[in-house]
Order: sequence, then structure tokens, then C-alpha cells
Amino acid sequence: MSIYINKDTKLLVQGITGKEGMFHTQQCVTYGTNVVAGVTPGKEGQEMDGIPVYNTVKKAAQETGADASMIFVPPPFAADAIMEAADAGIKIITCITEGVPILDMMKVKNYIENKDVRLIGPNCPGIITPGECKIGIMPGPMHKPGGPIGVVSRSGTLTYEVVHQLTEQGIGQTTCIGIGGDPVNGTNFIDVLSEFQNDADTTGIVMVGEIGGNAEEEAAAFIKEKVTKPVVGFIAGLTAPPGRRMGHAGAIVSGSSGSGQGKIEAMKSNGIHVCENLGELGVLCAKVFN
Amino acid sequence: MKIHEYQGKELFRKHNIPVPDGSVAFSVDEAKGIAKKLGGFPVVVKAQIHAGGRGKGGGVKLANSMEEVKKYADEILGMNLITHQTGPEGRIVKKLLVEQGIDIKKELYLSIIPDRETAKIVIIASEAGGMDIEAVADETPEKIIKAYINPMLGIQAYHSREIAFGLNLPPALMKQFFGMLKNLYNLFVDYDCSLVEINPLVITGDDKIIAADAKVDIDGNGLFRHKDIISYRDLDEEDPLEVEASKFNLNYINLDGNIGNIVNGAGLAMATMDIIKAAGAEPANFMDVGGGATAEMVENAFRIIIQDEKVKGILINIFGGILRCDVFAKGVVQAAEKTGINIPVVVRMEGTNVDEGRKILSESGLNLDTAVDLKDAADKVAKLVA
Repeated sequence: MSIYINKDTKLLVQGITGKEGMFHTQQCVTYGTNVVAGVTPGKEGQEMDGIPVYNTVKKAAQETGADASMIFVPPPFAADAIMEAADAGIKIITCITEGVPILDMMKVKNYIENKDVRLIGPNCPGIITPGECKIGIMPGPMHKPGGPIGVVSRSGTLTYEVVHQLTEQGIGQTTCIGIGGDPVNGTNFIDVLSEFQNDADTTGIVMVGEIGGNAEEEAAAFIKEKVTKPVVGFIAGLTAPPGRRMGHAGAIVSGSSGSGQGKIEAMKSNGIHVCENLGELGVLCAKVFN
Repeated sequence: MKIHEYQGKELFRKHNIPVPDGSVAFSVDEAKGIAKKLGGFPVVVKAQIHAGGRGKGGGVKLANSMEEVKKYADEILGMNLITHQTGPEGRIVKKLLVEQGIDIKKELYLSIIPDRETAKIVIIASEAGGMDIEAVADETPEKIIKAYINPMLGIQAYHSREIAFGLNLPPALMKQFFGMLKNLYNLFVDYDCSLVEINPLVITGDDKIIAADAKVDIDGNGLFRHKDIISYRDLDEEDPLEVEASKFNLNYINLDGNIGNIVNGAGLAMATMDIIKAAGAEPANFMDVGGGATAEMVENAFRIIIQDEKVKGILINIFGGILRCDVFAKGVVQAAEKTGINIPVVVRMEGTNVDEGRKILSESGLNLDTAVDLKDAADKVAKLVA
């Protein structure tokens, strides 16, 4: 089993005819993802590698039965694309786009709040259920199908590093999900943690956080209360100077809030196995999960 | 993007938020000219830098005569202003705001920020104005009032009432305050702000509400909608190497240590800095070349890092995904050949096309130390500084 996506997921790609959209759609198809449609306004009737392109998400979903979307449209149009997908009944929306204005994301988040929609991202690498379905820009081959570990992270390449170390240790993954580095995003740690807790095939979880905000602290409290499976945690950005935004829009330490040290303490005091040196994460996981 | 107080007050005027009369000055003569036009003392002379705590650092003075305007303008222009926000190195003052002094009866605090947890816009206010608001929040949290606004709906009358009654405003001031708050909210939304802060918001002796200060930060991701204020960016307030890096879409922050690093992805870049620190060294920078970096971007990243004289060694940590290792390796070789790197470089690569990438590096004849994994890379970095 897995969370959110599996071999039955039918994906459509918003922005499929752009350079990035095209390249990563091809990568997803190669990995085995069932990509059923693309959407680029004004290009209906065309095909991209045999995948039909539509003007609107609504029509694409109606005609192909797509239930998931991957978004590659530029930042000024990303919020619109997410809301269009939500309105068309798409259940799992993954927005890869980096640089969406925070005000746009606040509106989107309020808009989808009471809808039956799972938004992942924006500014994220996406989600993969190894061996079944890849929605996003992560390199597929380094993943090890079959579980039993779930991975959730705020980062992109840092997630790849974590997955790589797990695979090197012979530890497979159920689902790996990057929730994105923006201050306002669709899915948070707690959403994913509760899914992993309920997924019978996931027996342990790796949670990768970073400085800024208090999502890790809240997740740590949630883990103590609701998660019975072992969790290994890592926090990036301990050496980041306060007040500076470290690449990700959300990665900023303001005052005493959002510091890496505070997050590590919150994790430790809530029973999470904290890895303090990224180079040793795989080894620690092998110890904790085996 | 941070902007200056005088620029923030320009935006305030456009949105009908009352501010004291005044203008920006780049010289003592200009400061005197503005003071003369204001036609009355006292006049406030305020240093314009992108940092708070200017008053305590000696960057804000009250002048009661033209002689004092001249004296203070002369003192503050060119001074190295050190505040709790500039760090010990301080910031050279290059411009002043010269404005009319106001008769202060009461000082309030008012700000608007996005709340990341609730995805609401939050108005924060306090009767304890003119003070360090973080300290107020720590010591007397009951003096902080907040109203959360759904950005889909915008500010409603009851939000304004919550804030106004919370501030114990006299009834006669309510209408004035409601208008000002609505305008401030609209400014926040219209300009994609990530912060609007007035500290202090002043009630004057003749019962006028005036913004004595204006701190406005704009969400960099929203700037494409605001071509009119891109000129507000002040390169004098930024690190020259960071400005250079931003021209090539490189995410770079200059830090105090001596181990430079080049990484793809912000999270991995932060983790790499942490690894350098854990190995007993200090990172000289944060450098994220991004997921889709080209050989040219890598070359520029290299060039920028070795311009930093503190750097005694470089750790490269690349996890190839979209950015393939062979492309990255070509960039490194190109950069090394053009710039003639004469400090030790440790390279750790993993991911897409890693074997081709390693081959390119080993056949280049360059003096590069290759690490097999992160732990190995950290050990090699430690040796660099030992």
C-alpha cells in the first residue's frame, strides 16, 4: 500500500507543452506513471508524445477520468491553475512551481479548505510511490519499491539525499513526499504523518524539516500523541543566521521562533530519533527501523 | 524586498494613510532645504537604512533650529550606524528623512503580516507603541491584540472594531482609525506585502492619527505585479557579492566562515552548511545553484565564491536530479580553467549520470578531491581547515 497515489492514479499535467512540463512528463511516463492528459490553454487537439492536450482541466478530467494533476505553469498563473484543478474535481494536485506569491497561496488555501482536495506544494519536488507512480521532478531510479518506510520533507534535493541513503541501506519506501519550502503550502507534516500512521504497509517514517515557522514543533507534538510508528527526524539550517531567508521562502528564523535548535529539542522531547549529522542518516535509520 | 521608511511613507501617502510632512535628503544642503520648506520646528532627522533600532543607535535626532538640522544631518550622513539589526559591522548612512516633528499624545503599535499557519492575514496591534514589540509580546502578551482576516473576504468592519476597542481608542477617533486601517490593509494586499509595520502610530495633541514610522517589506515572489516599485530596491543596502549572484539567478548569502560551498537545492545547501560546521569548520556562504542549473551558472557560482577572500577551501555537494552530474562537472571544469582555482576543492556528487560526472572531473587534470559520500566529504573538509 501507499499514501495518496498508486498504480491506479491517472495523471494530467497542467503546462504540459512548456519546456519543464514536457521534460518531466516524459520522465514520469518512463517511470511508469499513467499520464492520461495534458492541459495548455489554446492548444487543445495537439498531442505531446501521444498524450492528448486540452484547453481546460474540466474537459480533460471529464474525457480521460484523470484524478491527479501535476502543475508546471509559471508563478503568476499557478494559483489559478490550482483552483481550476480543484474546481474540476481533481483529488490530488501537485504544484511544482517555485515562486508563487504568498498572498496567492493564502487565497488558494482558504479556497480549497472545505473541498475534497489534497494539494501538495507549491515549490516542491512532488510525490512518488516507488515502483507504481511518480508525480514530480525527483530522480526515479534511486527509490526502492515495496516499503516499508514513508518519507516526508520540506525540501527537494535533501529528500533525494535521504532516499538515496535509505536505498543504500536496503530500506525501501512506501511513499516519499516533498511538501515544499514555501511558508504557506497545501499539505503539512501532520497531514502526511497521519496518512502514514494509517497506512498498514508503512512501518516507520523519516521526517525532514528545516528552519522557519513552527510546523516541525507541531508535528513533533502530533507524533507523541498520535503516531505509534518509529520516526527519524532531521532538521536543516542549524548554522543559518537569523533574519536571512535561506533560499526557500519559508526558511527564515525570526526572533526566537523557527530556530533549528528549538525544532531539534521539540523532536527529541517527543520521542523522535533525531539525526544530527546528515552523513549518518541512513545508518541511523537502519538501526531504528530494523 | 525591503524598502526604506521614506519609500514606505510615499506608499502610505498614495493610500491616504496620514504621515508627517517631509522628504528624503542625500546631502546636508538638501536636508536644510526640506526643513526650510516645512516651516516650523521641531524637525526630525532620521537615518534611512534597512534596519530597525535606528533611534537607539543615534540615527534619529530632533532638531529645534536650522543650526541643529545642519549639525545632525552632518553627523548622521556618512556615519556607520550600528543597531541590533545591522550586526556589529553596522551600515553606512547615505540618505536622511527630514520631516515635521509631531505633538505626541499617545503611541500605539500596528502591523499586518501573513500568518503561515492559518493562511490568514493578521493585524497585530498594541497600546504599548514605540517599544520593541517582541519584548512586549514576551513580557506582557495581554497587551497584544490580533485579528485574523480571510484573504478571500478581505477586512470587515468587525475586524476594525476588534482592533479599535482593543486599543481603547476614544470614540471620537474611531472613524478616523477605521479609515486608516482599511487603507493600510488595502496597501498590504495591493503591494503583495510580507510586512507593514507602524511603530509608533501616533495620536497627536489635536487628536489626529499619524504614522510616525513606516516599515514595508514586499514579497519578492509578488514583485512581477509591481513594476512601479522595483526602483525602490537599494543596492547599497545589499552585499555586493549577493547582488552579483542574483544577476545569475544564484541564491547566495555571504557568511562569516572560511569554507565556501556550492550545492543544488536550498534544503541540501543548508544541510551542507551544517555538515561543515559539524566537521569543525565554518561555512563562508549559502549557495544554492538551483535544480535546473546550467554549466554557466555553476561557473558563475565558482567565480563569486572565490572572490570572497575569507574562503580557504570549497566543498561542492551536488545531488543530480534535474541538474545532471555530467553537466555540473563540465561547469566545474570550465570554471576551474577560466578562474585558475588555487584553493583546495572537495567534490561530492551523487545521482543522475554520476559516473560520467566523476569521469569528467578525474580526467580534467584538476586538483580536485573527490568524496564518496557526505561523511567522507565532511572528513575531507575538516582536514582542509586542520
